[in-house]
Amino acid sequence: MTVLAEPAAETVRTASRLGRGYWAGVVRRLARDPVALVAAAIILTIVLAAIFAPWVAPADPYKSSMIRRLKPVGDAVYLLGSDELGRDMLSRLIYGGRLSLVMGVLPVFFAFVVGSMLGIMAGYAGGWLNTLVMRTVDVFYAFPSVLLAIALSGTLGAGILNAIVALTIVFVPQVTRVAESVTTQIRNRDYVEAARVSGARAPTIVRVHVLGNVLGPIFVYSTSLISVSMILASGLSFLGLGSKPPEPEWGLMLNTLRTAIYTQPMVAALPGVMIFITSISFNLLSDGLRSAMEVKA
Amino acid sequence: MLAFLLHRLLYVTPVAIGVTVVCFLLVHLTPGDPLTAILPADATLELQEQMKAAYGFDKPLPVQYALWFWKVLHGDLGHSIATGRPVLTEVMRAVKNTLILATVATAIGFTFGTLFGFVAGYFRDSWLDKLASFVSVLGVSVPHYWLGMVLVIIFSAQLGWLPPTGAGPDGSGDWRPDAAHLRYLILPAITMSVIPMGVIARTVRALVGDILSQDFVEALRAKGMSEFGVFRHVVTNAAPTALAVMGLQLGYLLGGSILIETVFSWPGSGFLLNAAIFQRDLPLLQGTILVLAMFFVALNLAVDVLQTALDPRIKRG
Repeated sequence: MTVLAEPAAETVRTASRLGRGYWAGVVRRLARDPVALVAAAIILTIVLAAIFAPWVAPADPYKSSMIRRLKPVGDAVYLLGSDELGRDMLSRLIYGGRLSLVMGVLPVFFAFVVGSMLGIMAGYAGGWLNTLVMRTVDVFYAFPSVLLAIALSGTLGAGILNAIVALTIVFVPQVTRVAESVTTQIRNRDYVEAARVSGARAPTIVRVHVLGNVLGPIFVYSTSLISVSMILASGLSFLGLGSKPPEPEWGLMLNTLRTAIYTQPMVAALPGVMIFITSISFNLLSDGLRSAMEVKA
Repeated sequence: MLAFLLHRLLYVTPVAIGVTVVCFLLVHLTPGDPLTAILPADATLELQEQMKAAYGFDKPLPVQYALWFWKVLHGDLGHSIATGRPVLTEVMRAVKNTLILATVATAIGFTFGTLFGFVAGYFRDSWLDKLASFVSVLGVSVPHYWLGMVLVIIFSAQLGWLPPTGAGPDGSGDWRPDAAHLRYLILPAITMSVIPMGVIARTVRALVGDILSQDFVEALRAKGMSEFGVFRHVVTNAAPTALAVMGLQLGYLLGGSILIETVFSWPGSGFLLNAAIFQRDLPLLQGTILVLAMFFVALNLAVDVLQTALDPRIKRG
């Protein structure tokens, strides 16, 4: 996967780019994109803080204190205040990244794997298999994604696992559609035809000629879904369909703190700020990746 | 045009039937027996069997689907377990409130979205473009339920200008077009408008950029047309796609209103869905999802047909 090109490959390639390889070029272009770099740094910080939460967080996120409830931001003991049960907000926000990130990123990852397989299969095979897969996709497209996510997790029942399953089902059709469309484009290229004529079997053609050309665009598209997925995953918890108390999770924290909007508005809004920062960073990084990988929208 | 209409209808029908299958299966996905919600905990086995037969749960799944589908075709979506009222009546009443909210939100979002998009597309790579693009990224990245909370904090809790929840001064009643009810509409509509604003701004920016780089614009300028004249050409070229995106956004808002309606206790379809989920009112849950999905399918079809009618560049057939 070094010199292989993405479908928008009609553009003239410079000698230096061919020489250093495609991925070196992607990294070089990303390094020149300050917005994408800042976004990546923010995501990295949040992820690392979540992973190393026991060492980073100043206090136990579960330890409540009835006499120290709803302290303001900038309190001497609680840097970012305390919640409705007197738990340290900063620590809960740091720990909260664990569930929120897992619930937001995993569905997109699963959808990327399943959707790529379905889409490439449908796109390459064509015929009745394509019709079967794509008409099924059309049915799922007939549901607005928020409605489908809530309908599925509402019927499956509240829970982290069910929320992840529901969101995966929401994103699989979207990834499948993109994968099918890029694969269909590649399938009609002369070099694929040439490989077929020279006797290569379908699995070999897909592995050698198709995968390298389609995975890039599918990957970039999938990264653009992470932001939506984060908002939806926390939204499910916000409705009470995702994680359960006392687990720290941004959406759930936002929900339980709704009662505090009159007494401690700053504290009540904090979990949403985390969702916002993470979601916008993923969006900006995805935009940067798109232009660095020279994938057309 | 008639042939095109028939063709689209032929394509949409299997999708619509697929939607009913998904809605039907949703209820059968639920863990546990769908009857446990209605039956008393100490119901005898005999009573359980009777109820099963009464609801048709003893028949094979395809037969159950066929019977249910036949009823749906006749507008019978069953009765709500919680209230005992027909599901269709409850849903349509709620959808009306959501439709009002979503339409106003789409109108606000479309106005500002096209404004930002045009500015960004016209002055590509200027600071105005960067600002407008940044605002549109904010719009698509913001968790809207949180934005709703922040607006309530500022305009209700702190300033006391606008009511925080409900659709009117009479509690949980429907929204009506008068001054007293209008105040209740402002915050949820602004919150909801942020999503279509971001999407439309992005689309229009790309459209305007594409159109301006085409040869015919060069030709218009070369023959001495005023900048305003060129601008009018750009608007006519961008309008069909922008309007189509607006229509689709309205559909997304109709189905995706649940989070915002929960924040503002807006008596719409999302609020109803939320209640149905937590009371495990399965007929109501199924009916609400079915009606909303059908609205979405119909809207998509309408947008498709309108866009083709408006835009002579799209081939019919």
